[in-house]
Amino acid sequence: MILSVIVVLGSLVSVLVVILVRGAPALSVSMLTQSSTGGYYLGGAGGILNAIVGSAYLVCGATGIALVISLPTALYLNEYASRSRLASFARQSLDVLWSVPSIIYGVFGFTIMVYFGIRASLLGGILALAMLELPIMIRAMDEVMRMVPLKLKESSYALGATKLETALNVIVRQALPGVTMGVLLAVGRAIGDAASVLFTAGYTDSIPRSLFDPVASLPLAVFFQLATPFPEVQQRAYASGLILLVIVLSLSVASRILTRRAAAYAIK
Amino acid sequence: MKVEWLSKTHISVQKLNVFYEGHHALKDVTVDIPEKQITCIIGPSGCGKTTFLKSLDRLIDLTENVEATGRILFDGIDVLDKQVDILDIRKRMGLIAQTPNPLPMSIYDNVAYGLRIHGTSDKRELDEAVERCLQVSSLWSEVKNRLMEPASKLSAGQQQRLCLARALAVRPEVLLCDEPTSSLDPISAGHIERQLFALRQDYTIVFVTHTLRQARRLADHVIFLYLGELIEHGPTETIFTQPNDPRTKAYVEGAFG
Repeated sequence: MILSVIVVLGSLVSVLVVILVRGAPALSVSMLTQSSTGGYYLGGAGGILNAIVGSAYLVCGATGIALVISLPTALYLNEYASRSRLASFARQSLDVLWSVPSIIYGVFGFTIMVYFGIRASLLGGILALAMLELPIMIRAMDEVMRMVPLKLKESSYALGATKLETALNVIVRQALPGVTMGVLLAVGRAIGDAASVLFTAGYTDSIPRSLFDPVASLPLAVFFQLATPFPEVQQRAYASGLILLVIVLSLSVASRILTRRAAAYAIK
Repeated sequence: MKVEWLSKTHISVQKLNVFYEGHHALKDVTVDIPEKQITCIIGPSGCGKTTFLKSLDRLIDLTENVEATGRILFDGIDVLDKQVDILDIRKRMGLIAQTPNPLPMSIYDNVAYGLRIHGTSDKRELDEAVERCLQVSSLWSEVKNRLMEPASKLSAGQQQRLCLARALAVRPEVLLCDEPTSSLDPISAGHIERQLFALRQDYTIVFVTHTLRQARRLADHVIFLYLGELIEHGPTETIFTQPNDPRTKAYVEGAFG
């Protein structure tokens, strides 16, 4: 057991150390405040603001869409169709979708976009990432909602509440900490995913002005910089990775605080 | 002493049969529950006490594979009729569960919940109702300065009194109590018991218990269930001192259960 802890902690720490050692020297204010310019990938001036903002747009949009779809779906699976065939089929399918490699979502999105004649854009990226997030969110929420004790629902029904009132007021509140965790899991996967946005969102040096403009993202920024033959640009790739890591870590800390606050009202 | 014994019937249970996954949980139970009195249901574990109680407001619907036949007339309305507005019936019958089950929200919201779902949104009206109900359940003085705290922070005894206040908030006519003191310490249990005893002036109380002494202290009327059958029912004194059925006699004397 101790060995496994050492392995887990060791790999986490070594990833952090490598990224810090390689990325920190290249980190600069201009990286955070400027978008890439033409010469940036040759070692010229500029930053990756386009990718930071791009990732934020993509993930916010995708998470918003996924959340609006997942919450009612999870409630439906639990409260309205809990033991039906439909529910078990849906759960099975979602589990499969969860483990589908993200490049498949990218290719699938791309195929559809080609069919409709849409080019790589923010909208395409958001939709592809939303597809990626959906199974994670629904299944995570589904699992925590299943844990809501019957006696809690009973106390709501005993007051004459309808199914919908019970679902929205009691089940969602009780499951809120878990719902927050589910959202974070999905956000974590979406923000770090390069494959699904490669074809659907494209890549650009500027910040998109509309949903139909292509958009840069952090994972792809890391990828493109690392793929250049110039050591200083490669170093910036590590710095970009560091930025991505910091964003994910701060999201995780924020969600922990949120979860704890939400959990204060939950019944043990 | 129990002159109110001739009080009018509030709930009339007629030939109630409940099947639970093929198990015949209640067999042909026919009994009248008098208005504004405490009716205690006694019997050993697994005899169908809770099933009986939860049939009255059809909370058994929440369990899968349950079928109830017969009639339960509540003010002339058949509760078991699927056409009936069960939400309104449930509103008129409050439930106090075996273990305190506050909702995952603040103390205030717990009491206000029932009113809100039934359409009250006026802040002052809610405030008044919350205070009134917490007063009745004698929790007000302990929580009036921390109404916005999570209900889960209260002690078990306080939570049970909160549940009582929550049930009272929607102004029910009947209180269904499913061994409400069994999970509490003796002092909290005494608290709840005294409150319920005081409430019998205004409410019809159906009280499940497996503590005979509690039934004797509280009840005006006792129903003895055994293996899903109604063995005997009648005024408390009669059941405890002159039971007709040998099984009742054996049970109240502590021979089993």
